[in-house]
Amino acid sequence: MQDLTDLYQSVILDHNRRPRNYSVLPSANRVGSGNNPMCGDQITVYVQLDGDRISNVSFQGSGCAISKASASLMTVNLKGKTIAEAEVIYAHLHQMVTTGKVGDDDMSDLAALAGVHQFPARIKCATLGWHAALNAAKGDAQPATTEKPSD
Amino acid sequence: MNPAWQNIRADFPILNQQVNGQALVYLDNAATSQKPQCVIDALVNYYQRDNANVHRGIHTLSMRATFAYEAARERSAQFLNAAEAGEIIFTAGTTDSINLVAHAWGDKNLKAGDIILLTEMEHHSNMVPWQLLARRTGAKLRYLPVVAGDTGLLDLTQLDQVLTPEVKIFAFTHVSNTLGVINPAAALCAAAKKVGAISVVDAAQSAGHMPIDVRAMDCDFLAVSGHKMCGPTGVGLLYGRKALLEAMPPYRGGGSMISSVEYFESKWAPAPQKFEAGTPNIADVIALARAMDYLDDLGREAIAQHDEKLAAHAYARLANEIPGIRMLGPAQHRSGVISFDLPGVHAHDVVTMADQAGVALRGGHHCNQPLMRKLGLSSTSRASFYLYNTEAEIERLVATLQTIQKFFAG
Repeated sequence: MQDLTDLYQSVILDHNRRPRNYSVLPSANRVGSGNNPMCGDQITVYVQLDGDRISNVSFQGSGCAISKASASLMTVNLKGKTIAEAEVIYAHLHQMVTTGKVGDDDMSDLAALAGVHQFPARIKCATLGWHAALNAAKGDAQPATTEKPSD
Repeated sequence: MNPAWQNIRADFPILNQQVNGQALVYLDNAATSQKPQCVIDALVNYYQRDNANVHRGIHTLSMRATFAYEAARERSAQFLNAAEAGEIIFTAGTTDSINLVAHAWGDKNLKAGDIILLTEMEHHSNMVPWQLLARRTGAKLRYLPVVAGDTGLLDLTQLDQVLTPEVKIFAFTHVSNTLGVINPAAALCAAAKKVGAISVVDAAQSAGHMPIDVRAMDCDFLAVSGHKMCGPTGVGLLYGRKALLEAMPPYRGGGSMISSVEYFESKWAPAPQKFEAGTPNIADVIALARAMDYLDDLGREAIAQHDEKLAAHAYARLANEIPGIRMLGPAQHRSGVISFDLPGVHAHDVVTMADQAGVALRGGHHCNQPLMRKLGLSSTSRASFYLYNTEAEIERLVATLQTIQKFFAG
């Protein structure tokens, strides 16, 4: 199982075991939800938005180690950022989990998610919480989903 | 021992490979089974020698293809002990078969206020078509519950309360794809008949795993998928009681299902052709019949015993050797489907890690989200066994789960 330490780096295991900001946020003025209908994972993200700044963010939900750790890392990395800054960070993260390229910017602890690109079935796990948070911050009332919705 | 069982793994070329550096242990048979060489050969042989369109052809190849296609219908009737081949309709699989009944029987016979009775353990494929039918007709859905706890057995003490005279359809699975429960199909069909409801049996998880006798079961409809019983994907069948099929309108219109066509109206061919519009899935139907031969050479009673023995062995070993594991489904008298929850490790992480060890499992809601919610779970890990699996593979499963548990415990 040697490749597994690429996917399940110690940062991931740590955030899975002790997810940060894993609570309801009473000061939240935006709430976003995300679900992955392929596996039943669900996440709720609470955002306190002051102007265009994400002053605070938290999450709760059920999901695999990758989705939980990525959502936990999301809260740590987006707290205090403007929506525009958050979108840049997410764009880099997305590139990293789909291609494995960490890019020029210092991704710090997010680089732990780079191994996800070797497991295409798990990319959506890594992006679900971020989708939900950005949708909430941007005021999109639609729940984030890993699939295209249709009736 | 039946000589067909010797060297059984050699019949399945796909099993002889390494995945992530380890010999493949394929334990995802409830999703789809692997195919023996004889079934693969039947497909190749058809395309290399006999390929032609069926039914109206006069030339040699068309007659060969037609003969083999209709022989497969006879073979399927025999496989299920149907009274005649005309009670077998070839479809794309279980989902397609159930949709056929929901449309062709349901649209004609259901009205507002009627009840469609299902069970809480149904696969989405035996739930959503009925939801759509209810939406079209104003009929209502009702569910026979499973008992509280983790056995997943139907609560038969509630059957009389839910199976009332307003019930027009009772659709249930023969074997649960999630928990491995084997339902008392004949008793449920008899109960349906008593209140005047038709019975629809989802045999996706049972047809290739145990003997099926539609006349002994006395069901009205029974749906089968080929790919879960050593046959190709994209093919299955629907057994339907002849009198019901004759009274049903067509499901889809097109070629092959008519007796005469004019510009403004047409007359239908009798069943089963009435339900097989367009060029059918000839090659896969022929290969499915070959799969039936293969299974009967082994003996379906023997396959059922093999499955149950492996499942009981796996259930006991996991329960005893994986600390804290939550085993779902009954401990005994079950099919070869084992579902479990490893506390602290999400099913997707279990499956990804097991795959790295060459062990193919499935993790998720198994197309049964309502049952998962009832069990208080969002997902489980599932190992499902079939005729080529061995006790040595269960050894690999146990060792792999122990490694996963240690890894996540840190």
